Amino acid sequence: MNDTTATTIANKSNLERKTIRRERVRLVLRDKTFLIGALILGIWLFITVFGNFLAPHAAGDQDFQFVSKSPSLKFPFGTDSNGRDVFSRVILGTRLIVVMAFSATVLGTVLGTSLGLATGYFKGKFDMIVMRLIEAVSAIPVLIIALLAIAALDGRSPTLTVIVIGFVFTPNIGRTVRAAVLGESELEYVAAARLRTERTRHILFREILPNVLPPIIVEFTVRLGYAIFAIATLSFLGAGVEYGSPNWGSQIAENWGNIYSNVWWPTAFPALAIASLAVSINLISDSLLEIFEL
Amino acid sequence: MQKLIRTTQRLSQVALVLFFVTFLVTLLVRLLPGDIATSLLPFGTAEEQAQLRTELGLDTNIFVYYFDWLRNFLQGDLGVYYNAGESYADASMTVWAMLSLTIPRTLLIMVYTLGFSLLFSIPIGMLLAYKADTRIDKVISNTLFGLSSIPNFAVGLGLAYIIGVKFELLNPIGYVTWGEGSVEHIKSVIMPVLSLSLGLIATFARLLRADIISTLKEDFVTMASSKGLSNRWILWRHVFRPSSLSLLTAAALNMGSLIGGAVIIEAIFALNGVGMFLVTSIALRQYLAIQSTVALIAISYIVFNLIVDAFMPKIDPRIRSHHGA
Repeated sequence: MNDTTATTIANKSNLERKTIRRERVRLVLRDKTFLIGALILGIWLFITVFGNFLAPHAAGDQDFQFVSKSPSLKFPFGTDSNGRDVFSRVILGTRLIVVMAFSATVLGTVLGTSLGLATGYFKGKFDMIVMRLIEAVSAIPVLIIALLAIAALDGRSPTLTVIVIGFVFTPNIGRTVRAAVLGESELEYVAAARLRTERTRHILFREILPNVLPPIIVEFTVRLGYAIFAIATLSFLGAGVEYGSPNWGSQIAENWGNIYSNVWWPTAFPALAIASLAVSINLISDSLLEIFEL
Repeated sequence: MQKLIRTTQRLSQVALVLFFVTFLVTLLVRLLPGDIATSLLPFGTAEEQAQLRTELGLDTNIFVYYFDWLRNFLQGDLGVYYNAGESYADASMTVWAMLSLTIPRTLLIMVYTLGFSLLFSIPIGMLLAYKADTRIDKVISNTLFGLSSIPNFAVGLGLAYIIGVKFELLNPIGYVTWGEGSVEHIKSVIMPVLSLSLGLIATFARLLRADIISTLKEDFVTMASSKGLSNRWILWRHVFRPSSLSLLTAAALNMGSLIGGAVIIEAIFALNGVGMFLVTSIALRQYLAIQSTVALIAISYIVFNLIVDAFMPKIDPRIRSHHGA
C-alpha cells in the first residue's frame, strides 16, 4: 500500500463518518423517547440556570406561622418542619446536583476515555496491569468507595465529591472505551495511518477517537444517571455537601422521618425531582443506545 | 493441558486483583483523617492511647500494617470492633460478631430481590420478545423502563408512606429474623425487596427481550423448528438457555451494587444490613471493621463472578466451541 491509497482510505472513511453522523442526528431528533427526555432535562437545566429568579423565597427563609403546612396556593409544595418553602428549596437545590453530576461525569469520561484509548491501543503488560486495577476497583461498590474516599479526604466539599465520583467512574468508562478501541485498532484505517507514519497521538485522538464516540456518548449519559443517584445518596448520608444546604438528598434526609406523622411533602417533592431528572437522562441514553445500535 | 494453563493464568490474575483491592482499601482507610485513638479512648491517658495505636499497627508503615492485617484476615481474624472507651484488651465485640448479625440479613434480602426480579422479569422478557415491536411490547417496555429509572430510595420512601403510613398494611421499620416468626419475617422484607426489585425487573426483562430476539434469528432455531420440535421445547431449550447469558451476567454484576446501593433502603426500613454497618464504621473510624468488610464484599463479588464465568459454557454450548478454537 503506497502513500496515496492510505490517504484515500482515510478520506473515504472520513466522508462515510460524516454521512453516518448526519443520519444519526436526524434519527435522534425524530425519536420520541429522546425528545421527552430532552424536554424534561431541558426544564431542569433552565431551572439550574435561572433558579434564583424562579424561587419565590430564599432557601433559608423561615416562617414560623407555617410549619409543616401541606401544599397550598401560597406554598405549592408545602413547608417543612422549619417553616421553609419546599418549592423554593427544590428549585434552589437543582443547581448543585446538576452541576456536580455533569462535572463528575465529564471528568470520569475524559479520564476513562484516555485510559480506554491507551489500554486498547497499546495492549500488552500495561493493559494487563491496568485491567486488573480496574477489576479491583469495580469489585468494591461504587458508593462505598466514594464514601470512603470522601471521608478520607474531606467530608463536605462538593468539588472534592465531584473529583471522587469522576475517579470512581473512570474504570467503568475505561472498560467500555477499551472494548471499542480493541475492535477499531484492527481496522484498515488505523494501519493506513500507521503507514503514513502519523504520530501515535494523532492516531489515537484524530483517527480512533471519532470512531469510538458513539459508545462514549452513550456511556456518558448512562454514567450521568448514576452520578445523580450517587450524589443524591451521598448527600442523603450527609457526605459530600454542606449540611443544611438546599440540596435534594439532604432535604430527604432531614424530612423523611416526618412521613410517619403524615407530613409527606418535604420528602416527596425532592424525591420526585431526583426521580424525574434520573428518568429524563435514562430516556436520553436509552434512545441513543438504540439509534447507535450498540 | 491448555485448559490448565488458562485456569492458572486466570487464577493468578484473580490473585492480583484481590491484592490490589485489599491494598486499595488499606490505603483509603489509612488516609482517613482524625485520630482513632482519641476518638475511641476520649478519656484515656496518653499512654493508653499510644498503646491502642500500637495495637492497631498505626505506628508502622502501611506495608507492615497491610501484611499484618492480611495475615490475620486469612486466619479468619477480622479484627476487633471498638466500643468507645474500651481498650483493645477488654474489647468485647469482634468485627466477625457484628458481621454475623448483618450478613445474613443482607444476603437474604439480596437473594429475595434477585429471585423476585427473575421470577417476574423472565416471563415479561419472553412475552415482550414474542410480541416484539407490537403495541403491547412498546407500552410495557416503556412503562417498565420509566419505572426502572426511578431511584430505589424514591420507590422505598413512596412504599413506606403509602403502604406503611397511609394504609397501615405493613410496619415500615425494622427487620424480623426468620427464627422470630416466618410470617413476620416475610412481612418485614416485602417493602425493601419491592423497592430494590423494581429497577432490576425492568433491566432484566429488557436484556432478556433483546437476547431472545437475536437468538430467534439463529440458524439452530430454524433447524430445531424444521425438525418438528414443539414450540415450548424450542423456547426453553434452544432459545431461553443461550439467551439467559446477559441476564446472568447482569444478575451477577448487580450483587455488588445491591450491597452498596441498598444503603438508603437499609436506612429507610431500619434493616441494619452490611451497607449501614459499613457506613457507621466509616463514620466511627473503625479501621479493621471497614477493611475486613470491604475485603469480604470485594472477594465475594470476584468469586461470584468467577463462578458465573465458569458456568457460562455449561449454559451456552456456543461459548464452549469459541474457547476451544
